Amino acid sequence: MTFTTAHSLAEAVAVAANGDVRILAGGTDVFASVASTGPALPILDVTRVPELQGIAQKDGQWRIGAGVTWAQVIAAPLPNAFDGLKAAAREVGSRQIQTTATLAGNLCNASPAADGVPPLLALDAQVEIQSRVGSRMVPLADFLIGPGQTCLQRGELVTAICLPTLPIGAVSGFTKLGARRYLVISIAMIAAVAVLDRAGAFQSLKLAIGACGPVARRQPKLEQLAIGQRAADIRVSVQDLQDLSPISDARATASYRLEAAAESATRVLQGLAT
Amino acid sequence: MTHPSNGSTLNLTLNGAAVAAPVYSGERLSQTLRERLGAKDVKIGCNAGDCGACTVLLDGAPVCACLVGAQQAEGRRVDTLSGLLHEGGIAQELAAQFQQTGAAQCGICTPGMIVSAVALLRAVPRPDADEVQDALGGVLCRCTGYRSIIDAVVAAGQATRAPEIPPEAEAVGTSFLRLDGLAKVSGTEAFGDDIAPPETLVIQVIRAPHPRAAFRFGDLDAYCSQSDGIVAVLTAADVPGLNRFGVIPDFVDQPVFAETETRFRGEAVAAVVGHPAAMNHFDPSTFPITWDPLPAALTPQAATAKDAPQLFPDRLGNLMCSGFVRCGDADAALSKAFVRTSGQFSSGFVEHAYLEPEAGFAQITDGRIEIHACTQAPVMDQEALAAILDRPLSDIRIVPSAVGGGFGSKLDISMQPFLALAALKTGQPVRIAYTRSESMQSTTKRHPSDISLSIGADRDGRLQGFRFHGQFNTGAYASWGPTVANRVPVHASGPYYLRDYTARSEAIHTHCPPAGAFRGFGVPQSAIAQECLFDELADKLAMDRLEFRILNALEDGQPTVCGQVFDQGVGIGACLKALRPAWQSERAAAAKRSGGDLRYGVGVAAGWYGCGNTSLPNPSTIKAGVRRDGQIVLHQGAMDIGQGSNTVIAQIFAQALGVPLGHIALIGADTDVTPDAGKTSASRQTFVSGNAAKLAGEALRVRILQCANAGPDARIRSQGGALQVQDGGTELTVHLQDLATDRDGYVLAASETYDPPTRPLDANGQGAPYAQFGYAAHLAVVSVDMKLGLVRATKFVAAHDVGRAINPMLIEGQVQGGIAQGLGMALMEEYLPGRTENLHDYLIPTIGDVPPIETLIIEAPDAHGPYGAKGLGEHVLIPTAPALLNAIADATGTRLRRVPATPGHVLAAIKGQSND
Repeated sequence: MTFTTAHSLAEAVAVAANGDVRILAGGTDVFASVASTGPALPILDVTRVPELQGIAQKDGQWRIGAGVTWAQVIAAPLPNAFDGLKAAAREVGSRQIQTTATLAGNLCNASPAADGVPPLLALDAQVEIQSRVGSRMVPLADFLIGPGQTCLQRGELVTAICLPTLPIGAVSGFTKLGARRYLVISIAMIAAVAVLDRAGAFQSLKLAIGACGPVARRQPKLEQLAIGQRAADIRVSVQDLQDLSPISDARATASYRLEAAAESATRVLQGLAT
Repeated sequence: MTHPSNGSTLNLTLNGAAVAAPVYSGERLSQTLRERLGAKDVKIGCNAGDCGACTVLLDGAPVCACLVGAQQAEGRRVDTLSGLLHEGGIAQELAAQFQQTGAAQCGICTPGMIVSAVALLRAVPRPDADEVQDALGGVLCRCTGYRSIIDAVVAAGQATRAPEIPPEAEAVGTSFLRLDGLAKVSGTEAFGDDIAPPETLVIQVIRAPHPRAAFRFGDLDAYCSQSDGIVAVLTAADVPGLNRFGVIPDFVDQPVFAETETRFRGEAVAAVVGHPAAMNHFDPSTFPITWDPLPAALTPQAATAKDAPQLFPDRLGNLMCSGFVRCGDADAALSKAFVRTSGQFSSGFVEHAYLEPEAGFAQITDGRIEIHACTQAPVMDQEALAAILDRPLSDIRIVPSAVGGGFGSKLDISMQPFLALAALKTGQPVRIAYTRSESMQSTTKRHPSDISLSIGADRDGRLQGFRFHGQFNTGAYASWGPTVANRVPVHASGPYYLRDYTARSEAIHTHCPPAGAFRGFGVPQSAIAQECLFDELADKLAMDRLEFRILNALEDGQPTVCGQVFDQGVGIGACLKALRPAWQSERAAAAKRSGGDLRYGVGVAAGWYGCGNTSLPNPSTIKAGVRRDGQIVLHQGAMDIGQGSNTVIAQIFAQALGVPLGHIALIGADTDVTPDAGKTSASRQTFVSGNAAKLAGEALRVRILQCANAGPDARIRSQGGALQVQDGGTELTVHLQDLATDRDGYVLAASETYDPPTRPLDANGQGAPYAQFGYAAHLAVVSVDMKLGLVRATKFVAAHDVGRAINPMLIEGQVQGGIAQGLGMALMEEYLPGRTENLHDYLIPTIGDVPPIETLIIEAPDAHGPYGAKGLGEHVLIPTAPALLNAIADATGTRLRRVPATPGHVLAAIKGQSND
């Protein structure tokens, strides 16, 4: 059993190339998933890799390093289009979790209820992946394959999350439904990014729903339906939603999840009007 | 995994000092801090980031130390509570405020709370309540209900201190700070896992992965000898005495280790004892055992079906026991009633979820077994171990650690036999700490209930006929199930006058975890049915719901359903009447505030609870003495599990003795040192042990005054190494030096016992089950999101008849904490074996879920209570869940008959669907 602290991206990539390692960033999933003692795989700690740090805007896109924590997102000066992402950040676990947990780790853990996925889907996120053979960019929707599953190949690690620059005036929203106030795994989540015209009608909309299927999903049908409708008047019904397959579990039934998703989507979209 | 990494060293700055620790690769920072660096003020509640008890500052920012790799802290700065206190300033102010407001009850979450609050106050010097909630949302507390914590942090920002209590203040009736409070807010309190020295052998239990299974061991000797670092394996074959334990003499049925078949998921079959380095990476799946799952009965319905597997051959139909109370003729009264209502109500398992998992340390000293562990009942532990070990009581010493919450589940033994057997087999000191999942799987729960109830009333609204049937899932073993079965029919009427009453309860065995004692012993479940149907009756009669209860409230001189008549001290009418102003104003406000998708509603409910054992002896003995140097010493054996008995018992004793509280030194609990003050359960400590303390104080006073030849009204003071007695104008010094000392070293001593007067119940449940009842009424305000089914409690007003408030601050703490637990039961908590075995799938209220609580203390003195005082611990959550359900019905027009009322259930009810 080894624990390796990488101090450069090259070092991290080299260690990852050696085989089965558990990549440790914020640790909030790695350590939470093991009973009492600690992870069973060799660990590669990437929290000291300088190339993975920082949020920057360059060449028409935003780049959020894989080492960036939720607390850093909350503190960063970002345009309104990121308000939904920041709202999601504030709902991640608790202050303690936000301090260390990373956005990239949230994606790699690939929980159906990952708080970061709906807002990043709505922001058209791409995932930057690196291995010894090179780097590649994968749309987030393709990166996530199923519960706990991503398209990451052996030897690959996520280096950044990249987001296109949105039009000035783009607005965003997020809501997370749970049975208590803090430290809650969601029953349903909605994130939306939109551009409204002067009359408050949708010129464009990107909306994603989480915790209602194996992976969070964008809602192209609803996004199309919304164009031209005034945000203040919009109503979303279950029939407007697609590609969701919620489960019934201890938190809620499948039918409740769908209804709550439609109602929450209505509220998030109406909330964009104000 | 955590192998020492080639002798390499971790360097970090801990609390301002450079420290080095051996590196155990992949070890959690929390474990390194506690086990390698001695920072036991970092508490472990879940090892999953769900509870926040282990919060430390890493480079100034709050993190859960259980989610950080120790090696990630290399070169960084870590601050724990003790270091922050050493710096002074903010942490000191917070610690003082936490004591002032009673924000630390058991104290296990307190380090995490204060460390989180330090981070907040550094960034936001004068936070408001919302900011405090956001900052402390990641730390769970199960005792306080959070409101006093919010108050403490807000007050710390404003640096406003409550006036200090004068040292000569009257002992009874004053809100003294907890006598054990400083240790709790300093993180120095030693809980079950804080005692073992480094390198102590570690025990890990092997548990059943199936609800029911047969099993066979492989070659255990070979396993033990071939496994590096494993010292011993324990099984049923290692139990020298009785391989059974239980809390009720006729129901001692649970094996320490199952012998051939397990009856619930999580049941122990063996334990492995090894060196800590080996046990750190112990993998239970390598243990040589073969499991054969067997058909299981998981619900009372399944367990009472014709071909159901029988858990015990002599408990036919899996019926463990039943309870019954009858007076008058319920059926006849109901048939003649002007209005009737009936309903079926159900609830699931509720987990105690104290933040301290079961933990302890044991060693053999002079041939005796010493157990240092968390417990609510040290002498019962001692008795159970004597039978299991086949040793005399005198061979076993129980030295309770501080208890990080109990709420009923730490009445039963859990890890104690493993500690004792491991210490005996290895001859070495041993330790154990349950994981969160292990604690949730294997310890007792609140009984799931299925209740059918019919109630009638006459034209004037007076109750006329009450027929109750309750079926309780008691799980695989008896635990306190018989107590629940007995208590429920006695209490199911609620604190109301009923002439025609029948109540029957049944406890059914299933292949589920044992259901046992949990704050209220079944009464919270029955109160839901009774109080919800009361609203329906009042509505049918077009009567005000509160006035309907006041009309029917039990009064002095009226018999209870057991035929017991109290000539005094029945305080339910006063509690209900105290809610009238809030009932009017809150209902008016709710009507105004409702709009859009949000509706507000107000609900009331009442409750009562008999203090002490039901018709059984339950004496407490309290001893005290005066040392030759004039120090008065109180042997306080009534376990303080956060509720405050260390302080309350001392206050009562000081009052009786006639000295200021500060003149008394406390020792105990320890079975070698403190006489048996009984168990901390049944809301009996203030009442029963309080009476023993009062008698002991009075007896010691007589002895001191005799010694000084002073009159009965003389004033006693212990100061300057002597006892001073002031009698009128005369100042006398008691010459203690001339007196002989007893074997405890006292020159004057007293030991007194109190046992509440009760009478047995006959076949119809008629008799005198309790010497006193306490009474309560709650008002709850909720908002309900009509489209999402989300319920938020927005306010509580809680009226409690405590007879006499010994310590009003501690009373408020009990009320707020009980309401938080009742809210959890009503809105979010359900333990599902195999599914919600951790604190992220099993939800308890967070700091953002408990609204402001106004406590109205009612004092209807009880003739048997010390200075009139009554018990309180269980009463505080009995009315909460029904008050919330009634408030939801008030808001939505829809009645829920199943808890928890999760958003899905509430929405389905609003839409008239079933969502089970």
